Order: sequence, then structure tokens, then C-alpha cells
Amino acid sequence: MTNQEKGQSKRHLTLQQKQNLTGWIFLLPASLLIIWMSFYPMVRAFVVSLMRGKPTALEFSDPLWRNYQRMTMDTVFIQSLKNTFTYLIIQVPIMLVLALIFASLLNRKDIRFKGIFRTCIFLPCATALVSYSIIFRTLFAYDGFVNAILLNLRLISEPINWMNDPTGAKTVIIIALIWRWTGYNMVFYLSAMQSIDYSIYEAARIDGAGPLTQLTKITMPLLKPVILVTAIMSTNGTLQLYDESVNLTNGGPANASITMSHYIYNTTFVTSPNFGYAAEMSFVILMFVAILSAIQMKVGDKR
Amino acid sequence: MSKGAFRKYGSKALIYLFLIVMSFISVFPLYWCFVSAFNTTPEILGGKLVPGGHLMENITNLLDQQKVFTALKNSFINTILVVLLSLTVCSVAGYGFEVYHDKGKDTVMKILMLSMMVPFVAIMVPMFQMFSAMGMLNKYIGFVLPSISTPFLIMLFRSNARSFPKEIIEAARIDGLNEVQIFVRMFIPTMRPTYAAAATVTFMNSWNSYLWPRIIFKTNESITMPMLISNLMSGYVLDYGLIMAAVTICTLPTVIIFFFLQKSFTEAIAGSVK
Repeated sequence: MTNQEKGQSKRHLTLQQKQNLTGWIFLLPASLLIIWMSFYPMVRAFVVSLMRGKPTALEFSDPLWRNYQRMTMDTVFIQSLKNTFTYLIIQVPIMLVLALIFASLLNRKDIRFKGIFRTCIFLPCATALVSYSIIFRTLFAYDGFVNAILLNLRLISEPINWMNDPTGAKTVIIIALIWRWTGYNMVFYLSAMQSIDYSIYEAARIDGAGPLTQLTKITMPLLKPVILVTAIMSTNGTLQLYDESVNLTNGGPANASITMSHYIYNTTFVTSPNFGYAAEMSFVILMFVAILSAIQMKVGDKR
Repeated sequence: MSKGAFRKYGSKALIYLFLIVMSFISVFPLYWCFVSAFNTTPEILGGKLVPGGHLMENITNLLDQQKVFTALKNSFINTILVVLLSLTVCSVAGYGFEVYHDKGKDTVMKILMLSMMVPFVAIMVPMFQMFSAMGMLNKYIGFVLPSISTPFLIMLFRSNARSFPKEIIEAARIDGLNEVQIFVRMFIPTMRPTYAAAATVTFMNSWNSYLWPRIIFKTNESITMPMLISNLMSGYVLDYGLIMAAVTICTLPTVIIFFFLQKSFTEAIAGSVK
């Protein structure tokens, strides 16, 4: 029904139609805002990705896909892409497995003080990304707390220069991310596990299934939809990593830990702003998110 | 002790040990930050793990160097505006999608959900262009506008509206209440826990937001708390006592909310995927 038709028939609306119309009015503001603040900028991002020039004087580039060509030869972009995928491939699986383990332990009937453990493991979620980045940067400083502990335990003979070592910097980011997000994912699993009938586990135990078999043969198949949701959310989140890259390692040393979002921000606002090229790289991230989510949904459907 | 009993208690002891170690690791960085706010830089680097007597000194130094009150005021205004507006807009929409649902509205919902897949960084450049063209840089409205309507909150309200009894709506209609009155007088009071959950998670997200404010807030007067603490790390000589005092101030509101409203928070993040 178009707006015009709506207006014409307003005088003799049935009760049903009236309610239907009320429904549309109720969801109008939210829908318009999402279109305005999410879909429209997405289309514009694609248009701007075909442009070049100063922010105030953008014009279509020739050839149109010039920015896309430039990207394939941009070593910093390729480095940021590699870094982001390193975080994704290493951090997300470790975090999700840890979260599953925590959740299945805290779902056991024979464990006490569950509330306290859950609160502790969930607590990191209450910290701002900037806050925990700064805390971890200080803890992992050359003369910082972690090195002092490792030296005292005689695990290392001299302090590790975490922030000035390409592997060290990435490791700190991965550790920090696991610390911040494991409890968050655990909450999803716990709430899903609580809806599984406990007698299934009792039956399995009588049949001689150990804790590991119970986890892989009962819990995980039943939790599949939730695991899928957390995997998609974590992938999406990792591809957008920004606060940690800026505040924990500042992308360093020499871009060894910079993320795609951080590089795009720098391209947009820091060194000689280039909106066209930044928009182009953003659009590529959007494609990655779409493709990876589609793959995960496909894989999740099959299993 | 028999072998079986040892295995039983031994494995349980291992589980407790594991949980205790993991809980310790989860809490330690925050405890360390909090304690360090009471200590001087040499003490912090020396590994002091109990609070000392330098809190006032750290805070005085911080207030001298940084516009902490401006940042706190901005962060609170930004966050409260987002909470109020997004709860209103999204609860109305979630209610609309559920109570008046039909094929057309379900399709609209599915399309809106797609926007969850749009990473913010993918629209960062056009968003900045739009907001500077609209003259919304350095203004509260600039921060608030993109966060008012989120598919996450709409979904949360929609899935919780499912448990709102249809009979109440029918009865209210017979009593002569119009649709808006039903929403305001029946739905909002019944759905208080959902509103609490939505408010908790929205407060945390807005308070902690960093990238978007960094893009649109360009003056010292519009700085937010996360921006302020991020700036502290740019000096050559770092005063860790001062920095940890600032980080503690920035973290306190969300940690307090976490402890008081943990249940709401949990319900909000887990409830949206039902």
C-alpha cells in the first residue's frame, strides 16, 4: 500500500487496518534511522571508494577501480590484513573453546561457588576497550609487571621487549582479547546450556561417557546455533579491531600489529587524508564480513 | 582412600584449581589498576600490590593536567541521551514488530537485521562526511544519532514482547484504550526487566565507545573519558599512578553497574539470540 492509498482510505479504515497501520507507525522511526545511519552510508562508501582527491574536492578516479588497484600493491594494507587474520585465526578459536570449557564446568551440578567464579570470569566485560588496552600495555611494558613476574619465576633470563617485537606485540593483543571476551561468550553458552535437560547427562554417565565425550557428543551438537552466533560475532568484531591496536601497541613496531580499521582511520584522518582510498578499504572489509559470515552459516547448516 | 575416591576428588580439586586460577587472571588486571591508582610510578613498576597513600596526589595531578570534569560530564550526557532515546525508539519498534506482525513487517525486520553485519569501520568515511555536512561535529546529537536505533535492541524487545500476553492487549482494547495507551500503560510497566537489561548493555556500549567520538569530537571541550585516558599514553614520561587513577575513574561507572545489574546484563546479551 503506498502512502497515497493510505491517505485516501483513512476515513473508512476497518479496525484491523487501523491496527496494522499503527504497527507500521511504531516501527517507522527505528527503521528510518537504520536506513539513514547504516544502509545509506554503505552505498555511499561504495561510491566514495571510486573517487580520489582531497576530502573537499573528491572526483571520480580514472580508471574507476584505481583505488582497488592501489590496495593490492599497498604493503601496509597487506600487513594489516595479515595481522587481522592472524588475530582472527589464533584468538577466536582459543577464546571460544575456553568459553565452552568454562561454561560446561560452571553448568555442573557438583561444583560450588559457581556464582563467584562466573562473576569473576565475566567481569572483564565491564571494562572499556581503551581502559583494558592501557592496563595491558602497562602490565606488559619492558619494566612492567609481567616481565618482573617471569624474571622472578626464572622463566626468562632477561625482560622481553613485548612492544618492540613483532611477535611479542601480536601476542599481547591476542592475550588481551582473550582476557576481555572469553567471559562474554561464556554467558551465551551458559544460558544455552541451562535449557538442556540435565537427565541427558545422567543417562550418558550411566552409559559410561566421560566429561570430554559429554562435551563433544551432547553439549556441542545441542549448542551449535549459539556457537555459530558467537563465531560470527567474534569474526565480525575481530575484523573491526581498532581500540586495542591504537591504545595497546599503537600498531607497532613498524605496523607489525596494526589492524585494518586502524590503518583505515589513519588513511582517513591522520596522514594526508584520502577519503576515497579509505572508503575503498572499508568496503573490502564489508565484503570480508559478508563472505565469512556466509561461509560460517553454510558450514553451520551442514553439521 | 581408595583409588576411585582419589580419582573422583582429585579431578574435582583440579577443576576448582583451574577455576580459581582463571578467576584470578580475570580479576587481577582490574585489581592491579585500582591499587596502582593509590601508588607512585616507581612503586607500581616495582610490583607493589597493595594500595598506598598517593591517591589524592595522583588525582590532584590528573585534575591539573586534564579536563576530567568536562570529559565526565560529556560522557554522562552522551550516554544518558543514548540510553533514553534508544530504549524509547527500539522498544516501540520491537513491540510493533511483534504485536502487529505480518509478512510485510517480518520482511522489514529481516532487512534491518542485515545492518548488524555492517561493520562500523565500513561506513566510517561517509558517516564523517554526512555529519560534518549536517554541522553535527562536536555536538551531543552527533554522538547520539547513530546509536539510537540498533537491530540488537529491537531484537531484544521483540523477543521479550513475545511473552507479553495477547489477552491483556485485547482486554485493554475492549476497555477503550487506544494502541499508544496500551503500549505506555500496559507494556512498559510489565517489561521493566527488559528495559533494565537494555539500559545496562546500552550504557556500557555508549560509555566505552571510542572510535566514533574520536571521529566527531575534535575539540577539547567535547572530549569523552575514553578519549581522555587514551591521550594520557602519548607522553614520553608516563606517570603510571596518574594514568591508573584516570583509568579507574573511567572504569568505575561500568563496573558498579556490572555488579548491581549483572543479571540484567547477562539477560540482555544472551536474551537477544533466543
